[in-house]
Amino acid sequence: MLEKVERQAMPCQDPAERARNFSEVALGYDEETALLEASRCLQCKKPLCRQGCPVEVLIPDFINLVKERDFMGAAQKLKEKNNLPAVCGRVCPQENQCESKCILGKKGESVAIGRLERFVADYELAHGSVTPETGVPTGKKAAIIGGGPAGLTCAADLAKLGHSVTVFEALHVAGGVLMYGIPEFRLPKNVVQTEIQNLKKLGVEIKTNMVVGKATSVEELMEKDGFDAVFIGTGAGLPYFMNIPGENLLGVYSANEFLTRSNLMKAYQFPEADTPTKVGKRVAVLGAGNVAMDASRTALRLGAEESIIVYRRSRDEMPARHEELEHAEEEGVNFQLLTNPIEIIGDENGVVKGMKCLRYELGEPDASGRRSPVAIPGSEFVLDVDTVVVAIGQGPNPLVTKTTPGLELNRKGNIVADPETFATSKPGVFAGGDIVTGAATVILAMGAGKTAAKAIDEYLKNK
Amino acid sequence: MYPIVKRRDLTKGIVLFEVEAPAVAAKALAGQFVIVRANEKAERIPLTVMDFNREKGTITIVVQEVGYSSTIINRLQEGDAFQDFVGPLGVPTEIENYGRVACVAGGLGAAPMYPIARALKEAGNEVISIIGARNKDLIILTEEMEAVSSKLVISTDDGSAGIKGYAATALAQVLEENGGKIDHVWAIGPMVMMRSIVEFTRPLGIKTIVSMNPIMVDGTGMCGACRISVGGETKFACVDGPEFDGHLVDFDLAMRRLAYFKDAEKRAMARLDCGGDCGC
Ligand SMILES: Cc1cc2nc3c(=O)[nH]c(=O)nc-3n(C[C@H](O)[C@H](O)[C@H](O)COP(=O)(O)OP(=O)(O)OC[C@H]3O[C@@H](n4cnc5c(N)ncnc54)[C@H](O)[C@@H]3O)c2cc1C
Ligand SMILES: Cc1cc2nc3c(=O)[nH]c(=O)nc-3n(C[C@H](O)[C@H](O)[C@H](O)COP(=O)(O)OP(=O)(O)OC[C@H]3O[C@@H](n4cnc5c(N)ncnc54)[C@H](O)[C@@H]3O)c2cc1C
Ligand code: SF4
Ligand code: FES
Repeated sequence: MLEKVERQAMPCQDPAERARNFSEVALGYDEETALLEASRCLQCKKPLCRQGCPVEVLIPDFINLVKERDFMGAAQKLKEKNNLPAVCGRVCPQENQCESKCILGKKGESVAIGRLERFVADYELAHGSVTPETGVPTGKKAAIIGGGPAGLTCAADLAKLGHSVTVFEALHVAGGVLMYGIPEFRLPKNVVQTEIQNLKKLGVEIKTNMVVGKATSVEELMEKDGFDAVFIGTGAGLPYFMNIPGENLLGVYSANEFLTRSNLMKAYQFPEADTPTKVGKRVAVLGAGNVAMDASRTALRLGAEESIIVYRRSRDEMPARHEELEHAEEEGVNFQLLTNPIEIIGDENGVVKGMKCLRYELGEPDASGRRSPVAIPGSEFVLDVDTVVVAIGQGPNPLVTKTTPGLELNRKGNIVADPETFATSKPGVFAGGDIVTGAATVILAMGAGKTAAKAIDEYLKNK
Repeated sequence: MYPIVKRRDLTKGIVLFEVEAPAVAAKALAGQFVIVRANEKAERIPLTVMDFNREKGTITIVVQEVGYSSTIINRLQEGDAFQDFVGPLGVPTEIENYGRVACVAGGLGAAPMYPIARALKEAGNEVISIIGARNKDLIILTEEMEAVSSKLVISTDDGSAGIKGYAATALAQVLEENGGKIDHVWAIGPMVMMRSIVEFTRPLGIKTIVSMNPIMVDGTGMCGACRISVGGETKFACVDGPEFDGHLVDFDLAMRRLAYFKDAEKRAMARLDCGGDCGC
């Protein structure tokens, strides 16, 4: 009988309408839908889904509590493993993680684990949260550099173990990419801030406006300020550019600038908020990851008539989450695939007026098995655009690493950390998240923060 | 919050603030800047450190009203506080004993120049400072600059004080008085002024450092809004600068990029006049 229930769809705002507003696109399950969806779970003895979760959320257990309508209990169960379920329920690529492993997926459609996670977390946020207990104070102090998902998770876990924890964040709010990168329509900022408030209830101190490497340094924190251990979670904040002619023209943004203006500084509320942004009539976004999808969808909402993703490979290779790609298509984002820009063209005032591109075709498979794109000779054409957003990736910001002697880095400038413990080459210093892996995902960053917290706890006990 | 402990109006539209910001004050050096937000909805505005007091834990900044955000800041009074105040950002000035140096400040540029001149003098340099402005009412911080310079020269475009002419005219005169020997020049002020100094010193081969003030957002190298072209290479002014070798800076590009949000800023300014409820 139970198998008859189909995977419950996520109710969404109408594409035509939402493409012009900043309210959340996915509206979330109501109780009825959540119960129906939860009823699909088989409560496997050996739940495969958990193997797909980087932080090993107790998936069948929390779903079972949903079935029993104990939504607060379910929230508690989630939080045993995941400190930011309202965030993860919204932005995790479940299709590649837990849901890709779910047994139901072998024959039909997997349980919508992410949607249930979001339902439970939102229920908790709406009904007053459960503050987890903190351990007996240990008298040990840990410093967390960077208030993104890696740092916040590490901070929470260390606080729960009784350590005194201070987070140092460069910007005026904590949250990292969750605040400045991922747009309001996908992850409302009040959801992030409520989760951060919950963290503060654990006793975590968050010092904003503190740029480590400038106002203080890792060595100073350890030697002068008495921190017994440091976790570095500074993310991948350095925007890459294409290095093609015309990239400094007016109207060319890095995705970080474009999204920061809109999300962190609320430029979409300009002039009620004081920071402006400028989006032209025709916007090209270079790249095809989540960042590119977010930028192209933000451009539409800021009033662009046309928003175009320009990508060198084909649709199958696009690294963005499937759901984001679909949402972008529904909202009317255009795709120029197998196309690569070679020059941005400006008018007499130095403002973008077009972008010269080449068409590509897929060649022979390369060493990785991917068919790599090759330029078609003579296919050059000019795309009519007045704004270009470069979303081809980010690297590690060197502010902390350059000022920390004894910290081993790899060729790209990422911190080298032990994959088991996230310990770096410098005693007492741990690192995780995008600063170690390069730009990855929220949940991997959180997983790193979590594992590192265990290792830091061990280190502090033996110190 | 970062309380304002002192406010001093230097001239019309230019205000000096001393602000409690102990973490910044402990580390700030000449040539560095801070980013401030006046309130919760405010823009992040970069401002150069004019002075720092390590004991009191304060930073002094000087703000000129040019648009919406700077006007909002200049309405703050003693006892008010900045919502956010982050720094010190950027690379400090390279202070050495160069010999005889000229510190050329255009208008407001006297504020950022003050700690540089002081540090250069402390390092044993002969410091000849020049403050140039359109007229005498726009000349600020003369007493302060005098105290940290071996000699202070004033110039105004209209001749209402000091030498009549641009700052570059004054620099030419100073150079002549010193037998053509100046070892190093700093120029801080409006882009056109910095460019004219740079064009003056270029044929003479006198190394000239300028302080670039592009539009910034985060100030930590995260957004790339502040990129400028130096010697044909793209640099992020907030982390690679703000000081650069003036002979290598592409000023045309820098000036264009500064003007990009002008029309939007006009809308924000309109709000200041009408109170902002009309939605204009
Ligand atoms: C636009 C965009 C969309 C994305 N969408 C998704 C998605 O849908 N799903 C998903 O799983 N992942 C997504 N990602 C990736 C994900 O957000 C990141 O992998 C994740 O945030 C990394 O976490 P982190 O804690 O390592 O770093 P970050 O989130 O980058 O946080 C680092 C923090 O450190 C601070 N910091 C940096 N330097 C210093 C310093 N010197 N001193 C003090 N603080 C410092 C920064 O200000 C920042 O707050 C997206 C990324 C972007 C940019
Ligand atoms: C490193 C750095 C140090 C600075 N130090 C000081 C300082 O010590 N004192 C001070 O008063 N100002 C300083 N500035 C300039 C100051 O940040 C700008 O004047 C301010 O951001 C303008 O904001 P607004 O909203 O008032 O004006 P807007 O309405 O944004 O602009 C008004 C006019 O000012 C120009 N403008 C915009 N942004 C800047 C900018 N970043 N720099 C210069 N002109 C700009 C615009 O082209 C426009 O014509 C500094 C800038 C930088 C980058
Ligand atoms: S694998 Fe699927 S069916 Fe089994 S416990 Fe996990 S979610 Fe439920
Ligand atoms: S201001 Fe963002 S990188 Fe310089």
